[in-house]
Parts: sequence; structure tokens; C-alpha cells
Amino acid sequence: MAPVATPFFFYLLSLLTLGSAFLVITRRNPVHSALALILGLLAQAGLYLMLYAPFVAGVQIILYAGGIMVLFLFVIMLVNLERAQREEQFNKQWLVGILAACALGALFVFVFWKGSGLFPTSLEPMAEASNTQQVAELLYGPYMFAFEIASLLLLVAMIGAVVMAKKRI
Amino acid sequence: MPQNYIPIFLFIAVVGFLIPVTLVAAKLVRPENPHRTKLMPYECGIDPVGSSRGRYTIRFYIVAILFVVFDVETIFLFPWAVKFKALGVFGLVEMLIFLTILIVGYIWIWKKGALDWV
Repeated sequence: MAPVATPFFFYLLSLLTLGSAFLVITRRNPVHSALALILGLLAQAGLYLMLYAPFVAGVQIILYAGGIMVLFLFVIMLVNLERAQREEQFNKQWLVGILAACALGALFVFVFWKGSGLFPTSLEPMAEASNTQQVAELLYGPYMFAFEIASLLLLVAMIGAVVMAKKRI
Repeated sequence: MPQNYIPIFLFIAVVGFLIPVTLVAAKLVRPENPHRTKLMPYECGIDPVGSSRGRYTIRFYIVAILFVVFDVETIFLFPWAVKFKALGVFGLVEMLIFLTILIVGYIWIWKKGALDWV
């Protein structure tokens, strides 16, 4: 099916992402920052949907807006909020910040002007519903060893977390 | 935006429109008579003690990390479930190996008592 109002949704979701990112760094209350970050992550999930990647969008919502945010909130609630709120919010590293922003901006401008050869001008529309199936075909076919290694990585993460958090093993 | 997601967007748009409208309407019609006792947070009838932004015990942290690990595990289950018929016995064995490794870890955690509260 044909996409509808693509520029409108792109600008809406990009605006949401940028606006919430701005809120994340400017709010003094870390819990408010975390809530703004959730909004930004959800808007990014919308952008993934626009790229015909519903599986990636679902992963974004379940893992980032769900799991990673839980970790963020726990760190926020484990530290002393009262002291953090009285501290200076921005350290005075304007020079480094401006240099990094200029480098990134120059990269973007370069790609925008000269990069038309890097990207295909038009893609054939992909089948909308088949993204998850394609992921499955690759993940459980040619990349099955990577998939099994992922379980070992998860096991290592599990054991590491328990060993570090529990004193008496 | 692909057409399939337009209804979802409409849902979100209606919710985003209705919530402010309801709040403003309630603000307009309700009698405004605040009192310090009325504005206190309600904790089962007991007077609130301390700030709600207190520090949590570190014991929750192990639960949170283990939640994230098993969250990632479920991500691998979704594409497998979608293509379950096509992948057949081979896919089933693959997934059983994957799950066995993780369940071994789960049993280890359980035996070590990381899930016990005290």
C-alpha cells in the first residue's frame, strides 16, 4: 500500500525526537529527563515504522522504552536526587562541545550536498508485513551461530550481574 | 507513513487531543477550593512520611538487570514465533538450545539465591 503524508509524519516525529532530546538535557529533575527520553525513543520507533521496519520499531519500544529505561530510572532512584539537583547542571566545556557539534554538522552538510552518489535516489517499495519474517529467515538460517552466541552473551551478562551485585556468592 | 499505521496514529492523536480538553473542561466547571490537607497525597489514609523521591534499596537493581536480560531473550522469540511453521524442527531445536543455555543461567541464579529477597 502506498505511504501517506510521509513528509508530515517525518517532520512531526523528528520534531518530537529533537524536542524531547532538548528537554532531556535541560530538565533539572532527572525523572522528568527520563520521561522526556521515553517520548524521544517512542518517536524514534515511529521513524523506524516509516522505514518499513516494524520489527526494529517493536524492539525499540520493548528494549529501549521498556528495559533500558527501567535501568535508567533505577540509577536515578539509587543516587541521591537532592544533591544532584543542587549541583551545576552544565559543566563549562563549551569549546569541546562547539567543536564536536561543528564537526558533526560539517559531516551532515557534506553528505547533504555531495552525498547524492552515496545513497540510491529511489528504493523500490518494500512489502510492509514481511520485515519480521525476513529477520527470522536470516537470523535462524545463515546467522544461526550468531544467534546461539547471543544466548551465551546473555548468560555472561546474567552471571556478571549476579556476581557483581551479590556479595556472598 | 505506511497506511497500516494510520489508525494507530489516529488513536494517539485522539488521545493527545482528548486529555487536554478533558483537563481544561474539568478546570472550568469544578469549584476551586484548595486546602493543604486536601492536596496531600493519599496513602491509604496514613499521613505521608518523607519525600516520594527517596532512594531505593540496591536489591532492586539485580532484579532490574535480570529483567533486561530476559527482555532481550523475548526479542529473539518474536521472529522465531512468526516463522515457526516454515522453520520447522530445525528452528525448534535451535530455539531449544538457545533457551537451554538461558534456563541453565536462570537455575544458577535461583540456586545462588539472587532472587531471594533477604
